[in-house]
Amino acid sequence: MTALLLEARGLVQQYDTSRGLFGRATSVRAVDGVDLQVNRGEILGIVGESGSGKSTLGRMLLGLERPHDGQVLWQGQPLPAPYSAAWRSLRAQMQLIFQDPLAALDRRMTIADQIGEPFIIHGLAKGAEAMAKVAGLMARVGLRPDQAGRYPHELSGGQRQRVVIARALASSPRFIVCDEPVSALDVSIQAQVVNLLRDLQEQSDLTMVFISHDLKVVRNICDRVAVMYLGRIVEEGPSDVIFSDPRHPYTQALVSSIPKAGTGLSHRVILQGEPPNPAARPTGCAFHPRCGAADRACALEVPVLELNRGRLTACLKLRATGAQAA
Amino acid sequence: MSFISIQGLTVAFDGTQVLHGIDLEIGRGEALGLVGESGCGKSVTWLAALGLLPGKARVGGSVKIDGEELIGASRTQVERVRGKRIAMIFQDPSSSLNPVHRVGRQIMESLTLHRGLKGQAAKAEAIRLMDLVGIPSAATRIDLYPHEFSGGQCQRVMIAMALAGEPDLLIADEPTTALDATIQAQILDLLSQIRAETGMAMVLISHDLGAVSAVCDRAAVMYAGRIVEMNDTAALFSAPRHPYTRGLFDAIPEIDGDRGRLKPIHGTVPDPRALPQGCAFAPRCGSADTRCHTRSPEPQAGREGGLLACFHPVAWAVPLMTSPQGIPA
Ligand SMILES: Nc1ncnc2c1ncn2[C@@H]1O[C@H](COP(=O)(O)OP(=O)(O)OP(=O)(O)O)[C@@H](O)[C@H]1O
Ligand SMILES: Nc1ncnc2c1ncn2[C@@H]1O[C@H](COP(=O)(O)OP(=O)(O)OP(=O)(O)O)[C@@H](O)[C@H]1O
Ligand SMILES: [Mg+2]
Ligand SMILES: [Mg+2]
Repeated sequence: MTALLLEARGLVQQYDTSRGLFGRATSVRAVDGVDLQVNRGEILGIVGESGSGKSTLGRMLLGLERPHDGQVLWQGQPLPAPYSAAWRSLRAQMQLIFQDPLAALDRRMTIADQIGEPFIIHGLAKGAEAMAKVAGLMARVGLRPDQAGRYPHELSGGQRQRVVIARALASSPRFIVCDEPVSALDVSIQAQVVNLLRDLQEQSDLTMVFISHDLKVVRNICDRVAVMYLGRIVEEGPSDVIFSDPRHPYTQALVSSIPKAGTGLSHRVILQGEPPNPAARPTGCAFHPRCGAADRACALEVPVLELNRGRLTACLKLRATGAQAA
Repeated sequence: MSFISIQGLTVAFDGTQVLHGIDLEIGRGEALGLVGESGCGKSVTWLAALGLLPGKARVGGSVKIDGEELIGASRTQVERVRGKRIAMIFQDPSSSLNPVHRVGRQIMESLTLHRGLKGQAAKAEAIRLMDLVGIPSAATRIDLYPHEFSGGQCQRVMIAMALAGEPDLLIADEPTTALDATIQAQILDLLSQIRAETGMAMVLISHDLGAVSAVCDRAAVMYAGRIVEMNDTAALFSAPRHPYTRGLFDAIPEIDGDRGRLKPIHGTVPDPRALPQGCAFAPRCGSADTRCHTRSPEPQAGREGGLLACFHPVAWAVPLMTSPQGIPA
């Protein structure tokens, strides 16, 4: 059964920077109209170029940032305002895991104390009961009991990320946003952490949004993938097909740029032109200046994300009415 | 004669040995990849070779560039050899860009120092280099300070600076880790193109095995301060022999094929202060026996070319990918 857990409707985030390139105040549209549905128990991947708004979207899904426009619905209800009482009680069910475990941990606290902190904060357990729960969480993420008294700098990168995951699990969340959770890890340790996340998702019916620029990891762990370009979703589909049959020209370039062991550079689609800059968004389709398939219409009309030949894409050239293209 | 010849390079910090004798030869125009888990000594190898480690580091062995010995040479002599011929892109961008100087000025200084370009000529060349590495609106952003660029852009500015001197050897330490896939592809392409045009040699330090195989002729795999396997990229990637190399390959998810569980190497790298006896990889190795736990295997020339330090190599008949020639059973 696919039940909707979380839904984003027309999400927009805009940041004002005090000084632009020519000394004027400018505003940056980091996220520019995103509709997204996350089903219970699935892992949804978000990929796309640096600066395309992935982290900003993730923060808005958790209600850590109030959107400039649009709304996030949690089980059909709008998310309460950040830091309100209603938001706090919901927070225990939603967690964020991000890239740098050392920055997320307190250097002066033992890892057992840090994993147990949410029990205290959310009033879930204390004393011997809390200690038993911490031991259980540590076992679940593959940390040894003798490591309980260690400090973060005494652990390896992979072990630290396990501590962060254990702490995120302490409040029995139902939804976790992972923002580049394995980017700082070696391939060997990365595989350990990815397997752990997969196990947790299977065992406890967790729902996850997994943000990463490592497309191979995304393909492995995610059920569905959304591809972002300059604040918008340009393609969305099951991870099985999105990497084997990318349709949007940006997704095609992205997939072709994945280095494969044992092959050279020849098969790549190298993108021409300026990397995207949200402070100077091109007219029409934001990707058109770098797109090999673009024509005049692409500079004028903003394509919407819609079903074209069985795939959600935002591209005028892929539109059902112009089906002979691509 | 090799352009760079490293023999028995050792490094110790505060009495803890972290490099245990590195031997490496790099020819003119050659591209060598250096891979291995965090802490295995990839960066330290080149920082030691170029005399860039802090004073407390004890460095031994020999490093020759075009026959000229660098270990034990005077500071000015090392700087002369290094400055003229070798550029290094450091792992941490913030360490080599000066935060109080405009990036354009930093690139132009390098152009003046190495190529004698001044004024408008230096400025035009700096803009061309920034364009080349994919900085948007290079002409208008040349006067910005490093903090006004994103992390990935700073990394590209450093690449531009390193290329400004037209070096004979570029040492690129994780040059593309902060970059996303499409820009990474663009940078790797650029480096390959410059090598083809100028005959520049390159050392690419990276934990991205795909990137290494895409641009390097040869690759060395390091573990706990030693080179455990080295071969042509084609041979190494089609039939890795060291269980550690094989483990690194197996841990990478596939971009096609099934989406099953990943195969990690279990355990973690040893602490250099408490290295296990014998082969340092033995505690994590599926094929280790008592000999591996007591004696350390020496690197030996393999039957199929390359170097290998292992008592129980992975069977040659089990290639990762089908090699074009086919592998004899
Ligand atoms: N607090 C902020 N103030 C101003 N601009 C911001 C802020 N946060 C993000 N931005 C801008 O919004 C855009 C999107 O940023 P975001 O961090 O969401 O991108 P991302 O897709 O996560 O990129 P990366 O892959 O590099 O992490 C960028 O141009 C960024 O500079
Ligand atoms: N300045 C230093 N003082 C003391 N120890 C050091 C110093 N620099 C490096 N080391 C140690 O030397 C060993 C090798 O470090 P090195 O930086 O070469 O690893 P690496 O292979 O480059 O790893 P990574 O992939 O994380 O960059 C590590 O154990 C590290 O802790
Ligand atoms: Mg981000
Ligand atoms: Mg390093």
